[in-house]
Amino acid sequence: MTKAAQRPRRRPGRKSGPETTEGAAPAGVSNEDEVLLDRAQNRSVRARSFRLLGALIRPNRRQFVLTIALVVISQAARVAGPAIIAFGIDSALPALIAGNPVQLVAAGGAYLLAAVLGAVLTAGYVRATARLSQAMLLDLRLWVFRHTQRLSLEFHEKYTSGRIISRQTSDLEALRELLDSGVSSLASGVMFMLFTAVTIFALDWRTGLLILAAGVPMFLLARWYQKHSQIAFRSSRVVSAKLIVHFIETMTGIRAVKAFRREPANAARYDELAEDYRQATIRSINLNGVFQPGLVLIGNLTVAVVLAAGGFRVLEGSLEVGALLALLLYSKRFFQPVDQMALFYNSFQSASAALEKVSGLLEEVPTVRPPRNPVALPQARGAVEFRDVEFRYADGPQVIPPLNLAIPAGQTVALVGQTGAGKSTLAKLIARFYDVSAGSITLDGVDLREVDAKDLRRSVVMVTQEAFLFSGSVAENIALGRPDASREEIEAAAQAVGADGFIRELPEGYDTDVNKRGGRVSSGQRQLISFARAFLADPAVLILDEATSSLDIPSERLVQEGLQRLLGQRTALIIAHRLSTVAIADRVLVVHDGEVVEDGKPADLIGGTGRFAALHAAWKDSLV
Amino acid sequence: MKPAPTLRESMKRLYPHVRPIALRLLLGLLCALAASVMALAIPQVLRVLVNDSLTRGGSASGVWLAAGLVLLLGVLEAALIALRRQFVIGPATTVETGMRTSFYRHLQELPVEFHDRWGSGQLLSRAMSDLNLMRRWMAFGLIMLVVTSLTVGIGVVVMFLTNWILALIFLAAAVPIMIYGFRFRTSYSRVSRRSQDQAGDLATAVEESVHGIRVLKAFGRSGEALDAFNEQAEQLRRTEIVKAKSLANFSLVVTLLPELALGASLVVGVLLASSGQVSIGALVAFFATAAVVAGPVEFIGPLLAMTFTAKTAIDRHYEVMETRNPITSPAAPARPAEPRGELAFEDVHFRYPDAQDAVGDILNGVDLRLRAGETLALVGVTGSGKTTLVQLVPRLYDVTGGSITLDGTDLRDFDLADLRTLVAVAFEDTTLFSSSVRDNVLMGARAESDADAEALLAEALEVAQAQFVYSLPLGVDTLIGEEGLSLSGGQRQRLALARAIAAQPRVLVLDDPLSALDVRTEELVEERLREVLRGTTTLVVAHRPSTVALADRVALLQDGRITDVGTHIELLARNDHYRYVIASLTEEPVDLDSGYDDEEALA
Repeated sequence: MTKAAQRPRRRPGRKSGPETTEGAAPAGVSNEDEVLLDRAQNRSVRARSFRLLGALIRPNRRQFVLTIALVVISQAARVAGPAIIAFGIDSALPALIAGNPVQLVAAGGAYLLAAVLGAVLTAGYVRATARLSQAMLLDLRLWVFRHTQRLSLEFHEKYTSGRIISRQTSDLEALRELLDSGVSSLASGVMFMLFTAVTIFALDWRTGLLILAAGVPMFLLARWYQKHSQIAFRSSRVVSAKLIVHFIETMTGIRAVKAFRREPANAARYDELAEDYRQATIRSINLNGVFQPGLVLIGNLTVAVVLAAGGFRVLEGSLEVGALLALLLYSKRFFQPVDQMALFYNSFQSASAALEKVSGLLEEVPTVRPPRNPVALPQARGAVEFRDVEFRYADGPQVIPPLNLAIPAGQTVALVGQTGAGKSTLAKLIARFYDVSAGSITLDGVDLREVDAKDLRRSVVMVTQEAFLFSGSVAENIALGRPDASREEIEAAAQAVGADGFIRELPEGYDTDVNKRGGRVSSGQRQLISFARAFLADPAVLILDEATSSLDIPSERLVQEGLQRLLGQRTALIIAHRLSTVAIADRVLVVHDGEVVEDGKPADLIGGTGRFAALHAAWKDSLV
Repeated sequence: MKPAPTLRESMKRLYPHVRPIALRLLLGLLCALAASVMALAIPQVLRVLVNDSLTRGGSASGVWLAAGLVLLLGVLEAALIALRRQFVIGPATTVETGMRTSFYRHLQELPVEFHDRWGSGQLLSRAMSDLNLMRRWMAFGLIMLVVTSLTVGIGVVVMFLTNWILALIFLAAAVPIMIYGFRFRTSYSRVSRRSQDQAGDLATAVEESVHGIRVLKAFGRSGEALDAFNEQAEQLRRTEIVKAKSLANFSLVVTLLPELALGASLVVGVLLASSGQVSIGALVAFFATAAVVAGPVEFIGPLLAMTFTAKTAIDRHYEVMETRNPITSPAAPARPAEPRGELAFEDVHFRYPDAQDAVGDILNGVDLRLRAGETLALVGVTGSGKTTLVQLVPRLYDVTGGSITLDGTDLRDFDLADLRTLVAVAFEDTTLFSSSVRDNVLMGARAESDADAEALLAEALEVAQAQFVYSLPLGVDTLIGEEGLSLSGGQRQRLALARAIAAQPRVLVLDDPLSALDVRTEELVEERLREVLRGTTTLVVAHRPSTVALADRVALLQDGRITDVGTHIELLARNDHYRYVIASLTEEPVDLDSGYDDEEALA
């Protein structure tokens, strides 16, 4: 089951990755929407992007070298072709006329050999390129996925799903383009130019120097292109992310869009974003439209200069006409691959801009970090204690003032209070969705921040009001509570919470896909399924945050029965507006402004004159 | 399942989009052709110039002339390349953007039932990468394919003119390539389709893993989610490798066969030359041309691959574009002058389109009449179809039998936008959009002036007990939704309620709107709602007696029908099932004979 976890090979450069940035605090995704960065920021995001690229190549470096080797050798095999033809015409033909066919046979054989070799190697590098590119993409996909899962809720509450999707799709697509076409065109281009340059130098060093001199304007042009395209591609990434975010938001909220007739307003906004995206695309393409013909132009100019310079030397008699012709043809050939190089540089710039964004996401540090020296807690009893706990969201105002609270193992505690009183925050702190700002929360005496992450998740489970179902069958969704559970156990869990009845009535029972084929389940049913999940998980501490709000009374009644069984031995924290749940609690905590204002047995509190007594009376009235 | 369209059929679908820019595409093509002719011509020109005008002791003007000519050709070549891009790229991106926005519009039009089936990741991949592929193919692939084919064609003709025997040998290689090309088309198209579909599914998986992050974290199941994602990503990787292999095999054939033919031509040519049947000059010329042709021939493989991928992209685009939208406005919509808000369900049947045959209709003959201005609670067990029923009112789904009428007019005879103006909904699962509180609440509101809008906003927030928004950092201008401040379930629900109220509809549909509120808040909301709803026909799904208290009457939904209608007290008195659903926390329905005693029931 835990295949990915067992495969260290697929974990590129953890230590050397962009997660460890020296110097200034890592920017992460904070400047993600900015296109124009100051010099220092620019340098740091660029460096981060390159580091990520390096980290991706490193584990695949053998494949990388192999791919380049294949490109180089196949290039060499191809160069051999014309040479053999020349040999055939210049040597084999006279030999044949002289009655000697050996050279012709040799030429024919060599040509066939070169052809086979060239073709096989070409096919080889097409495959090798795909293998390299796909290996790197898979690594990055998993890396990003793992990292986004690791990031805390605090991060996810700000960073939209659309952005993560955009990182995982269109940004990766840019990298893919570079890997698929860029690497081989760069390698073959460089090889070709290198061979040609050597030949030119061998023929006439003066011409060689002229060719080298062409490197200066080319370099300047490339610098210009680099500077501008960097910004253009960056803005294209920014806009495309916005486009994707808007798209995803519309599609996931389509009911509300339709019900409130948002279609025209949405379409106008999308048109605007799509046009921005088009403009950004055009800008980057147009830059390349200057860069690429510019390089061709410089090449052609150089040929003309070589012709002029060589021509005068021919007039002087210091250069043969034949030699000049050869030099000119070689010079022309030398500049042939600049097209491909421009293409490569274009995709490189595009991929770097994309990796800037991806590496920013990877640079984000989870605020809730796994412990450095985890304390194993395989059999937690479930005693929870708050010691001088304070909490605030990031830089926000204090939500929980200093709080001390001990919940012994096995106790069922109901948290009661008005909406916004801080009940959910307390629950989230126990589940370690957030870390306390001061003080500590302990489980069986061990600070939550030190409990082994796996043990913590097994010991503490939280069921929330929004019961999210993943695509897949009902059984699979319940099994999320304990992936190794047998079918019997899954069904038993469903039975225990009273979900079995409706599940069996679904078209394919437990195997019904929750997204397809009549598997639509109501939100009440979703809550039942998520209850079954929790039941199956069998944690030492169970937190129910408004987990029964959408249930109707019969279902709630069933759940209630199951709940008593479910809560038997374990510590439970129940947040519910319907005080029926409170009846089964051992203890009630009334929370107001983050403080516990009342604490006692339900019966005692009801009998009293405090907030709970009032709430309870109101609730009782509401039942009729 | 329809058979996959042929290449030509797919390309034909593109024609309406291409027609307006056809001229510019053609100009671009001509530039590309001219540029490639120029590239071929320059070496020849160089040869002539050097051989003819340069001799030892010749005049300097000859050198200047030659250099000037080469310079001119060079500038021309660069200019043609730049021109091709200028002609083609702008229009191609316009086509791309046009297709993208019409795709989005169409998706917004398509019914909820369509969106139930399609993950947004899958749709996104069609909106972004597929159209991107299509544009590149149009701006580059298509033109290069034509240029390349022409270059090869002309080259072959030249080879024939030079020596027909050698040319025939060369051409013989084309036959197996063509045959293999057909196979390549089938296999490559299939695998490229698979890879694009898998990429879309992968995007959907990412979306799910983010939307479900709380559950994954609560149960510590990120590892399992990663495994599942890994498996999917690995599948995509394998598909991509298969795709590359398919292309590699074709490239192998395309590079190998012409080269083999040339090898044979070399031997035959030398033999012919040795017997004087062909001149050495002709032999040299033949191979020189062959060398020029070889490059483009190899290029055909990737270009064809690009074409097939673009075809898949176009097919995927039109699959969605050609999905018919069954929920549309009629040609001549009814426009009742003074809507009163009388809502009637007459023998309403509904089944989801993908429901299995063996399963009965989820709504199986619902008869229900809401008087104008009345508030009616809809009660039924979890999964009885309450949510389904209320979604029929704004026509998020259409009835599959019977009819729903508003003031006597069938809902399907209304203009959709009109209908949805008359009807507002607050959903059970609240959707807030990334925008300000103000925009979210006033989403469906029609206000004459800014002052009106402000008043409306204030009132709606007050009724929904959502005054908490004023203490947000920027008050009603605070950005909420996915990109903004995150709110609690109860807060979101109150904003959704405020939104429905601000729309001032004739018919208000509330799907369990108060489930996440605490008892106190609920009481306050209800008190104010009762005032505001006076005069608004309201259908409210209720799970709790406290919600039912809002209503004038209650309808009980059971086995797809309305089995009883009456006031809360009446139903409590006469209906077992109703008591079972709503009234008590006792184990069994209270025996009718003993009479109903709520004190006892609550104990």
